[in-house]
Amino acid sequence: MAEPIIDVSRVWFSFNGQPVLQDVDLRVPPGDFLVVIGPNGGGKTTLLKLMLGLLEPTRGTVRVFGQPPGKAAHRIGYVPQNVHINRTFPVSVLDVVLMGRLRSGKGWSRHARQDRLAAQAVMEQLGVWAYRDRRIGELSGGQLQRVFIARALVSAPEVLFLDEAMASIDAQGRGDFYEALTELNRTVTIVAVSHDMMILSSHVKSVACVNRDLHYHDSGEITQEMLDAAYRCPVDLVAHGVPHRVLCRHEGK
Amino acid sequence: MLEALQLEFMRNALAAGILVSVVCGVIGTLVVVNRIVFLAGGIAHAAYGGIGLAFFLGWPFVAGTAGFSLLAAGVMAAVTLKAKHRADAVIGVIWAVGMAAGVILLDLTPGYHADLMSYLFGSILAVTVADLWQMGAIGAVVIFVVTLYYNDFLAMSYDDEFARLRKVPVTFLYCLLLGMIALTVVMIIRVVGLILVIALLTIPPFIAEKFTGSLRGMMVLSSALSCAFTLTGLWLSYLWNLTSGATIIMVAAAGFFAALLWERLRSMRAPGQVSGAGNSQ
Repeated sequence: MAEPIIDVSRVWFSFNGQPVLQDVDLRVPPGDFLVVIGPNGGGKTTLLKLMLGLLEPTRGTVRVFGQPPGKAAHRIGYVPQNVHINRTFPVSVLDVVLMGRLRSGKGWSRHARQDRLAAQAVMEQLGVWAYRDRRIGELSGGQLQRVFIARALVSAPEVLFLDEAMASIDAQGRGDFYEALTELNRTVTIVAVSHDMMILSSHVKSVACVNRDLHYHDSGEITQEMLDAAYRCPVDLVAHGVPHRVLCRHEGK
Repeated sequence: MLEALQLEFMRNALAAGILVSVVCGVIGTLVVVNRIVFLAGGIAHAAYGGIGLAFFLGWPFVAGTAGFSLLAAGVMAAVTLKAKHRADAVIGVIWAVGMAAGVILLDLTPGYHADLMSYLFGSILAVTVADLWQMGAIGAVVIFVVTLYYNDFLAMSYDDEFARLRKVPVTFLYCLLLGMIALTVVMIIRVVGLILVIALLTIPPFIAEKFTGSLRGMMVLSSALSCAFTLTGLWLSYLWNLTSGATIIMVAAAGFFAALLWERLRSMRAPGQVSGAGNSQ
C-alpha cells in the first residue's frame, strides 16, 4: 500500500462518557474510493468528523497528509449530510459555491476573478451553472446536493468526504451520481459515508464497516462475515451482478 | 413637517433616525440570520445595568452603557460557545440580573431621576450634536467591520461548520458580532429605548429577507425600511403628540403585518408553485 493520505491510528472517541468509537484503525491510500457503511448511530459520521478535524479524538491520532486534519483543511473537500440547512437564507447558488473558495483572514474579502472562473468550471461540470443566480431555497434536493459537491470541489481538493450523499437523491439519480463520482475518482480520493441501505457501485475500491469498531476490506466487495461483524444482526447480501445491493433485515424488532 | 425642520432638535432627531436605521439594518440582518434575537434582547435589557452604573458613578451615559453591554455580550459569548444547550436559560438570567442591577444602582443614587423613562422608551427628540458624533463613530466602526469580513460573516451565518473547515475564524467573528450588537444597542436606546430595541433590530430584516436574494441586499433593504419606519414614526409622533419610540415601533409593526399579508396573498395567487423568496421546506 502506498503512503496513506489518511491515517487513523488507535482512535477512541467518547461522547458524554458513552464510547462511540473504540480502537479504530484506518488507512486510506491515495486514489481510494472508500465507502464507510454501518448502522445508524454506529459512529460513521463521528469518524468522518474526526478525519475532518471537526472533532478531536479522546485517544489516538488522526493524520491527513501527515498533518493534523485542521492543518490540511485546504486540501480537503467536504459535503455535509444535511443539505437542507438554512433553506430560507438569502444567498444565491453561486455565492454558496464561492464559500468553498474562502481564504481566511484575508480581509476585504472579495472573490477574485479566478475564484469565479473556478466556480463556473466546477458548476458546469456538475450541471448547476444554469441555477447560479437562483436563491438556494429554490433548488430541489438533488440539485442542492450537486451544489454542495461543487462547493466542496471548487477549492480543487485532493480528498473528498461525502456524508450520506445519496440521501437527497432519488433512486433514478443515483446511477448518474455514481458515474460522476467514479469520473471524479480518477483525480480525487473519495471517502463516502452511507447508512445501511445503499447501492455499492463496482467502482468502489474499498469498504469499511463501522459499528463502534471498524472492519476494513480493501476491495469493493462485502463479505457476509464483515456485515455480520459490523451489524451484529442477520444481514442479507443480495448481488444482482454488478452493482451489488446491500439490504439489512431486522427480524422481530 | 417643514416648519418642524426649523427646530434644531427635530433636525438632530432626523439625523439620529437615519444613522441608527443604517446600523440597525446591517446588524439586525446578522442577528436575524444567525437566529440570535433572544441573545440580542438579553444584551439590550442588561444594558439597563449600565444606565444605573452611569448614574451611580456620575459617568456619561455612553461610557456606562457601552461598558456594561460589552461585558454582558462577553459573558453571553462565552456561555453560548461553551454550553450551547442551556444558553437560552443563561441569557434569561443575565437579562434579568442586568435590569435588577440597574434598578438597585439607581436606588442607591441620591437625587431625582426624571429622565429614566427616556432610556426605557427612547428620547430621540433629546439627541444632541455630541450624541450624533458618537452615533456616527459607532456606525462607521460597524460598517467598516462588516464590509471587511462580509464573506466570512456570510459563510459563518449560512453554515458555520463548513466555514470552520475553510479556516474562517468563526469564534472570533461570533464574539465580534456580539460586541457590535452591544454597541448598536447603546445607539438604538437613544432612539426607541431599550425595551423596544428588539423590534427595530428584527422587523426590518424579517421583511427584507422576503424580498432579497443576498445578505448584502437584505442589509441594504433593512436599512431603507428602518429609515422609512423611523422617519414616518417620528413624523406621526410630532403630528399627534405621541411618544416617538413607541410610534416608530407601531409603524414598523404595521409594515411587518403588511408584509405577512402580502406574502399570504402571493402564495394564494400562485398555489403549489415554489415561490421565490421566504419559502421553507
